[in-house]
Amino acid sequence: MAARKLAITGGRVIDPAQGIDMISDVLISNGKIVEIVADSSGESYGDYEVIDASGKIVAPGFVDLHTHLRDPGQEWKETIITGTRAAARGGFTTISAMPNTDPVQDSAAVVDDVMRRAATDGVVRVLPIGAISVGQKGKELAPMGELADSGVIGFSDDGNPVADANLMRQALSYSVELGLPIINHAEDKKIAAGGVMSAGAVATRLGLAGVPAAAETVMVTRDLHLADLTKSRLHIPHISTMGSLVALRTAKESGVDVTAEVTPHHLTLNDEWIFGLHGEVPAIVGSEAYDTNTKVNPPLRSRADVEALIEALSDGLIDIIATDHAPHSATDKVCTYNDAAHGINVLETAFSSVFGLVDVGKISAVRLIESLTAGPAEILRKDLGSLKKGFSADVAIIDPGNKWVVDPTQFESKSVNSPLTGVELAGRVVQTIYQGETVFELNAVAGAKQ
Amino acid sequence: MTNPTITVGNGAEAEATDVADATASPRHHLLDLDDLSASEISDLLDSAEGMLEITGRDVRKTPALRGKTIITMFFENSTRTRVSFEQAGKILGADVINVTASASSVSKGESLLNTVKTLQAMQIDALVVRHPHSGAPYFISNYTDAAVVNAGDGTHAHPTQSLLDLFTVRNHIGDIAGKKIAIVGDVLYSRVARSSIIAFQKMGAEVTISCPNTLIPDEWQLGTVLDESTGFDGLKLAKNVDEAVDSADVVMALRIQQERQDSGHVPTLREYAERWGINSERMALANDDALLMHPGPMTEGVEISSDVAHGAQSVVEEQVRNGVAVRMAVLYALCAPGKSTRVSSGDEA
Repeated sequence: MAARKLAITGGRVIDPAQGIDMISDVLISNGKIVEIVADSSGESYGDYEVIDASGKIVAPGFVDLHTHLRDPGQEWKETIITGTRAAARGGFTTISAMPNTDPVQDSAAVVDDVMRRAATDGVVRVLPIGAISVGQKGKELAPMGELADSGVIGFSDDGNPVADANLMRQALSYSVELGLPIINHAEDKKIAAGGVMSAGAVATRLGLAGVPAAAETVMVTRDLHLADLTKSRLHIPHISTMGSLVALRTAKESGVDVTAEVTPHHLTLNDEWIFGLHGEVPAIVGSEAYDTNTKVNPPLRSRADVEALIEALSDGLIDIIATDHAPHSATDKVCTYNDAAHGINVLETAFSSVFGLVDVGKISAVRLIESLTAGPAEILRKDLGSLKKGFSADVAIIDPGNKWVVDPTQFESKSVNSPLTGVELAGRVVQTIYQGETVFELNAVAGAKQ
Repeated sequence: MTNPTITVGNGAEAEATDVADATASPRHHLLDLDDLSASEISDLLDSAEGMLEITGRDVRKTPALRGKTIITMFFENSTRTRVSFEQAGKILGADVINVTASASSVSKGESLLNTVKTLQAMQIDALVVRHPHSGAPYFISNYTDAAVVNAGDGTHAHPTQSLLDLFTVRNHIGDIAGKKIAIVGDVLYSRVARSSIIAFQKMGAEVTISCPNTLIPDEWQLGTVLDESTGFDGLKLAKNVDEAVDSADVVMALRIQQERQDSGHVPTLREYAERWGINSERMALANDDALLMHPGPMTEGVEISSDVAHGAQSVVEEQVRNGVAVRMAVLYALCAPGKSTRVSSGDEA
């Protein structure tokens, strides 16, 4: 890679880590940030290649702490190659690979293989997450020390809750020395009792078994108390209920070392989307109902939960947004609701879908970008998610006025399981730069991926 | 995608697409009673009257659906519903083919989608489906041109059962509006309960249900009346079964499955029988000429006592007989579009 010099000029640079929000120029050289130049009108940058970002937002490349790459083991759904391309298209320059692959990433051997292939094939940065338990079976601790040495940024059995409270306690306690968070998928399966969507009036009307909010809240509460007991780091993935938020607030106020993430879909969709009409509640349930692209775990919740989650993200109770990108193939989604796999394809719509909340004043653009950049970087304790001098030149250039209709056939992802199919979003990532190289650029050329 | 509905009568009150012309044969479905207006339901019941007459003839056959192919595809066990649909189709002269999941390639792992696509390739007119997953017929309707008839999907709906229940009640007590209907049994897991509540409410009846608190959705409360936001506006949730049955015109008992005891929803079926079972003491609280109904199969001694099940007020066998007539009306309405659905005696349709 040559000592390539880029100058991204005239954009609204939002770098929450540095408290920057102003029209300025970002200078990049040799894959690193050189500096941010304010009051640059009229300045020319000699041998820098200029990217004109006027009218755009220039942000650090987004950092995702929760991505399912399906590789190794389910490569028909997604691979490291397609998943990182999808990430780039969504403005993400760092993603974190959840270990529920096949084989599970519960040993250095598997993690090292994934990292090796990610380094050569991946289009953006991939960080590993190790399993909490061997095979994610929830019986014995995975070799967390060995996994830490391989570079994992945390531990998770995601997909599976650690149902055994003792094992969860030991995992939290053991991780203290490693300084890495335990990321437990909080779901009491006994309370969930086979439910396939959120319990409530919609589930009752559709005759689908409902999961009460308590299934999540009960285990979140348990985990918070165990984190308090063991003085360890807990990170709550895909938080989704009001009850969980109440418990989280109490825990944070009493000094528990806990952080929490929320997904784009839990911020923007609710259980009424299962009627298949983009959130409209029909007088008559039609053939478009039981839309399996809405099936996800935790399930899409009620309107009230969604409002509470937005407020919690806005005021910082929820620290970050994480995608929980979960690609699934047609075999797993073109079927009855009961048979469908859980998961939504998120990377390429994540930013745009949440940006809609900025438009209606529910969250500020700065806070939104912070929750995708500085926030995750702080949890990772890594020099990422910012345009500070010397940091990797990872940049997302966003056109806030760009309206586009979600068309999964245009996705870089191998899979198309998005409930936002056909929905118009405003605000779009138009260019993504990773280590100083453009890894995604929205093309106006007909035929190219839009 | 608009939801197609049944066109009945002259299609004057059809809610979705009109029938273009008889030769165009647009396919419509019966997925749930939500789809039908009160007058469309009335029309179907009127049609069923004519069908009932045909079932009473010596030679039970009309050529109304001659040359049509109807497939019944059942992914769950059934006696009465399957035989009922089969007989309905055959009396109307259609070719009826029965597919049971266990005997089909589904047991070899063929997906529901491919099963439907395979059948679709065979030019069928109607697909009668029973499936353990709620929403399965809605899913299927996206992949076939045939008219899809929901014969029971998961815990969601069983529209033809409710139609025959309405038909039975109408035949005995006339206008359903204003009548008091008591439904006693597992509401949470029963598609019959759900469809019957909708059906009777739509025809203007006052519906009350009674069951253990574990068998209603968590957001419902015993001793209250539901509002519009629940989708079951006006539904009364009785505090106990005596309150539900008191002065009722119709008492409908629903089967309580052994699984409910296994999953902790009721301590024992014995306790259920004691506290919710419809026995003669409880029937005595209802009106003197109240009807006793049960969709079947019955577990005598649990949700219903034997003497009540076979007593003077029981119309259980009539329900079964009416089932054939009602299903004939439904199949006729779906497979012979553009024509009047009334088949009077002596006519050849």
